[in-house]
Amino acid sequence: MSNINTEKTALMSTLPGDDVRQIMWRFADRYEHQMVVQATRSVARGMVARLVADKQRHTHDWTPQKQEMLKAFDEAGVTAAFMEPDQGGYITGPKNLVLALVAFELAWVDAGAATASLANNLALEPIHEKGTPEQIHHYMSGCVPPKPGEKREILRGSFALTEPLPYVGVDAGMLSGKIRIAEWKEGKEPIIQVEKRGRFITNMGYATFVTAAVDTDDPRIKSSCMVILEKGDQGIYDPGAPTLKLVHQLSCTHDPIFNLKIPASRIIGGYTIKDGVIIPNYNHNEVIEAVFRRTRVTVAMMTTAKLLSAIEPVIRYQRTRYRGGEAAKPGTPRYDLGIQQKEDAQHRLLDVWATGEASASLGFEAARLFDEFDPLEKQKDAMFLKDGIKGPRAQMKVFAEPRKRALEYIEIMGKPEAQRDAKRVQDLENDFLTMYVVKESLADVFCPACKLWNTGYGATMMREAVSLMGGYGITEDCPGFLTQKWSDAQLEATYEGPECVQRRQMSLTMVSDVFLAQFKNWIKDLRALDAKKPGMGAGTLASAMELWLWSIEYLQNAKDANGKTLYAGQRQGVTFPMADALAWLLGSRQLILDTLELERKGPENSVLAEGLTGFVNFYSDLSYLQAARAAGEVGKVCAELVYGYQAKGATCALPNAAIKTFAELRSKLDGSLAGARLAKDRAAEAVTQVMIPEALDYPL
Amino acid sequence: MTTAFNIVVCGSLVPDPLQTLEPIQGPTGPALKNEMMLPSVLDPWAGHALFEAANLAKHHPGTKVYLVSLGPKAKLQQLMMTIAQKVPFEFVCLDGPASGFLDSREVAKALASAIEKIPGLDKTKLLVFGGYSSASRDAGTTMQMIAEQLGISDVFLGADELKVQPDGSFRIMERIEGGQYQISSCAGAPIVIGWATGNLPEPPNNPQVGMANMRTIMPALQKAQPAALKTDGIQYASVQLPQQQRQTKIVKDTPVEEIAKEIVAWIRS
Repeated sequence: MSNINTEKTALMSTLPGDDVRQIMWRFADRYEHQMVVQATRSVARGMVARLVADKQRHTHDWTPQKQEMLKAFDEAGVTAAFMEPDQGGYITGPKNLVLALVAFELAWVDAGAATASLANNLALEPIHEKGTPEQIHHYMSGCVPPKPGEKREILRGSFALTEPLPYVGVDAGMLSGKIRIAEWKEGKEPIIQVEKRGRFITNMGYATFVTAAVDTDDPRIKSSCMVILEKGDQGIYDPGAPTLKLVHQLSCTHDPIFNLKIPASRIIGGYTIKDGVIIPNYNHNEVIEAVFRRTRVTVAMMTTAKLLSAIEPVIRYQRTRYRGGEAAKPGTPRYDLGIQQKEDAQHRLLDVWATGEASASLGFEAARLFDEFDPLEKQKDAMFLKDGIKGPRAQMKVFAEPRKRALEYIEIMGKPEAQRDAKRVQDLENDFLTMYVVKESLADVFCPACKLWNTGYGATMMREAVSLMGGYGITEDCPGFLTQKWSDAQLEATYEGPECVQRRQMSLTMVSDVFLAQFKNWIKDLRALDAKKPGMGAGTLASAMELWLWSIEYLQNAKDANGKTLYAGQRQGVTFPMADALAWLLGSRQLILDTLELERKGPENSVLAEGLTGFVNFYSDLSYLQAARAAGEVGKVCAELVYGYQAKGATCALPNAAIKTFAELRSKLDGSLAGARLAKDRAAEAVTQVMIPEALDYPL
Repeated sequence: MTTAFNIVVCGSLVPDPLQTLEPIQGPTGPALKNEMMLPSVLDPWAGHALFEAANLAKHHPGTKVYLVSLGPKAKLQQLMMTIAQKVPFEFVCLDGPASGFLDSREVAKALASAIEKIPGLDKTKLLVFGGYSSASRDAGTTMQMIAEQLGISDVFLGADELKVQPDGSFRIMERIEGGQYQISSCAGAPIVIGWATGNLPEPPNNPQVGMANMRTIMPALQKAQPAALKTDGIQYASVQLPQQQRQTKIVKDTPVEEIAKEIVAWIRS
């Protein structure tokens, strides 16, 4: 009897190492990024792991041992990774990818440590994105660790948006924190009184400055804004009590109280005065939007790291499960494979692994996207400032023409390269507003998608990882701190905007014509890829994307059995599941693209020559099985939404043309799953054969 | 008296000790299973030598530190992402195998030849450092043979400390049997030292140091020449891992006395 799975014989020999990751995540030629990865890793798997092993997570207080972790970040260059060389940093250009890598490395061991590191950057982000040149220089340079012989205290910051109930924080639109004019002498700078209470504010126990969101409580201040508060300002700067959180205990979280007088020059981004009224250059929403669209990606990477960090401990547990027992003699399958003799154990581990890989691919793509988007946004901001373009309506007007050009660009790029008008492509690529529209349409989807899916579904799959360790999984002795990682994941799914906020954003951005035009191009690309390489699940994914695309167009135009519009702002029963489904598709597609990158660039690295085929085979199989999983989710969501709002029995009695089309697409999708489970079997075989280290490289 | 030295550290990569090391018979002799794919670290003994060299350089302004490595250059590049962050040095790369099954005579010849070719090297100030031992295979002979090829007769092995005396001479502590040290005096450079563990902690990674080092590392990697190593001078009848029995048990909060008693009982048994 022939066995179709005998076609591929090269198996993955070892777990994927740095060489593989650098290619897949596109930093093989970024040496500074590779160094930051190594430096961060040594802190994570050294000091951070020891803190966890020494039960430092068992207290809410900020202990001297936890404080040492900050020193380790400073010494290893982690703190300065965010800054430009002229501010004391050492990496030039946008930092989204490098910060995502830092988050990934720290969260591989403990996400609280990652939060402690990144919260300082979060405090700086409003200044970095919208601050005046003086503000940027002062605070960015101040947060760089002093050089030997330099006498100054390092600045450490907190970002204070979230407030005690009722308004809470992200996307609430309202703020309890207020500002009013305390003093305004003729010819002098106005002094502002700030009242703000914070809730769940990271780094607050030791922060020396705070970037706080506040609303106006004075007719002489036109709008809300963000302000910089400093320890030492006149008034109350009370870090408050530690927040009694059950997770991320290696970050310092407090509920602070501020009642301070500050000069108006601390308004982030500056202000103008018109008719005796202070007009902040940016309201708090404008600042926050610029901040969170970036920092959410790093949060997403935390849960991703945990999923991938679980693979090695789970494999080791599975293989050694029966060793020491009488029936498991060395050389027997029971001894060598342990629980991995069972298909279920292999397949469930693969589901965790594929989720981790797809979420890594998605998150790092989002980070890279922002690295491309940052300079375009800066250019756009500078132009708007120079030309005095303010407010959504005025900005939309400016983008009317670039939007048309963006659609034209996407249409051209959808053609085979030989058929493209190269000169026109060049012209369009040289037009920064056109490129801004293209990149923004992607950033506005990829950022919430990775935050939503990596953390939300990631948390679910962390539970699966814990379950694969049996009872061991929920003990403190579990290698890899899996239970802690599982519970931490719930916070990652929540802060910087919980899942509903991400779904809401996606429900608006994923129906943009510019995004959907690119989405259609991707389907064509996947079809072409499937014709050349049928073993990666590209055809399955293309079918799932076609079904999603058809469904979203249908839902936007159709009404339910009661005559109500289906795809509408308040109809979250329709919009939100479609956002979830899209996140599945994006992760799956990105994993395919990263696997192709490995196949393409791998031969350039002689170290990989020996094992490249095995890695490419494994990742192709993983891509296939992830495409099948994504297709399953999309099929389920779309079917429920398309059929579910019809009157009972209506589709059976009188199937309309639209429903018929849907049924055909669904059927095509089901048929495209052929081979997916064979891919899973092949990947499972690799999981049973792959060589793993003798022991984990960080302590229990 | 302040002296500036030219310190050349010989050291390369070994598989990360946490990895599973399984000897196999390769096409050109013994090898480790998946050796190229295993993550690598700087040989810990060579690492101590490098950190000692950097420390000496810190206290003797004008001193130059070179790291001469024989290994697959793509793997060395990966290794540099960590090692280059530790201490400042100039890199000299020899592209070749880093297997523990190489003939140490051939390795010594290649390294000595590379040292000879370092531009501007002042042999009267030359300190050649390396590991007394190795994590890949411990023949313990390479450093002596480098000394011989370079014509250096002052060789110290198993050193844990080098102190430069006010008159410019060296005071060197070498390990000898029974946990004792042999303390020697040496008039000065040139010398060869095979370091034991030394007394210095591993410096933390610092990407800023790394970025400075990379200015010489990348060109060195790009122009690395293949090292001509003969493999016919040595034959292996068989290879195997050292026999060991690892009996690990994880206990927490056990009093020190209890642990000591258990170890004594195990030794007596």
